[in-house]
Amino acid sequence: MITFQKYVKVQSLDEAYELNKTRKNRIIGGMMWLRTGRGSVNTAIDISGLGLDTIEEDDEEFKIGAMVSLRKIEKHEGLNSYSNNAVQSAVKDIVGVQFRNMATVGGSIWGRFGFSDVLTVFLAMDTYVELHNAGIVPLSEFVNMKRDDDILVRIIVKKTPIKISYSAVRAQRTDFPVLACAVSEFDGMYKTTIGARPGKAILIKDEDGIMAAGITSDSAKAYADYVASHTPTDSNLRGSAEYRTHLTKVLTERNLLRIGGIE
Amino acid sequence: MIDINLTLNGKKISDQVDADSVLLDFLRDHDCYSVKRGCETSNCGLCTVLMDGMPVLSCSMLTVRADGHSIQTLEGLQEEASSFVGFIADQGADQCGFCNPGFVMNTIALLRENPDPTDDEIRAFLAGNLCRCSGYEGQLRGIRNYLNSRVKE
Repeated sequence: MITFQKYVKVQSLDEAYELNKTRKNRIIGGMMWLRTGRGSVNTAIDISGLGLDTIEEDDEEFKIGAMVSLRKIEKHEGLNSYSNNAVQSAVKDIVGVQFRNMATVGGSIWGRFGFSDVLTVFLAMDTYVELHNAGIVPLSEFVNMKRDDDILVRIIVKKTPIKISYSAVRAQRTDFPVLACAVSEFDGMYKTTIGARPGKAILIKDEDGIMAAGITSDSAKAYADYVASHTPTDSNLRGSAEYRTHLTKVLTERNLLRIGGIE
Repeated sequence: MIDINLTLNGKKISDQVDADSVLLDFLRDHDCYSVKRGCETSNCGLCTVLMDGMPVLSCSMLTVRADGHSIQTLEGLQEEASSFVGFIADQGADQCGFCNPGFVMNTIALLRENPDPTDDEIRAFLAGNLCRCSGYEGQLRGIRNYLNSRVKE
């Protein structure tokens, strides 16, 4: 069980950043994961009063505040229209509606959790994170950065024309995924993200140009094999490494055929 | 201790709470015993309450975050619930009944958001409410019968 000695609802990001420099203090998001932890936190830093619970959309990008709930991105018409409902597909089976009303995008992305559907889908898009201290960083870089005392402020999704499809395998609805997969094509490059490997999501680009001639049944199969051969998997109680590698091939091929309009 | 002011089932309440107190405990301390303690890991839906009309899990909600908000529990929504709970009871949907208040609270939220849901929409919305006695079909039949009865009216 986690305990807090103090609670501060901060008035500014600077105040939160200063407080977060102390190792025993913690930023709190939706409290879904933190609640299951153990130990004592000195000061719980609440950023929920900073107006970061909105999604701003203009012609070029979506700016998703760190405190936006998963339910909000699930129901956001613009984001789902842009992503061909990939965002909705990624979050709809995360526990239940009540959970998704509380869990935040910032918490999901900052945590860089292995099981994260949210990280998997946004990593396959033209996505950046806005950090209070470090500024704007591509999500593909952020995912491999060490956790520090910075604060994730927003997720920025560029409206780069994209084709994307998301799917995951779960032993049961509402459980963690056994494997999560998103396939996208933008800027002339096919990209696949594999999450719940069970390690954190990994981004595999078509560096060998397997898809250069477009999506066909044969190229999709070859690309799926390529992705599987570049994706480290491991075993846990939800599935073996071999099963996950098999799922990587199946889901990659299936998503690819879907964005190609073949399936 | 931290001062909070909130509205609980229409009644204004002022109190002092610990920094790490969760809403579930606060509500039970204020005689809202419909709010059940289940998994305490945000998975089972037993502790569902409405915060500003939105279903949330009180086991994982810090009480201080309810400051300035409106909280509703089943104690405050008896009339709204009475329109459909009889249909669920008629199906013998619950055995022990422990999950029932959470189910009812989330069903209220569902019907406010989507007054005419399909069976798949009902299943999806209530997926975060676990029942260890039943197979969920009884609850689904009960809600479906309620919706069908409304159409006849």
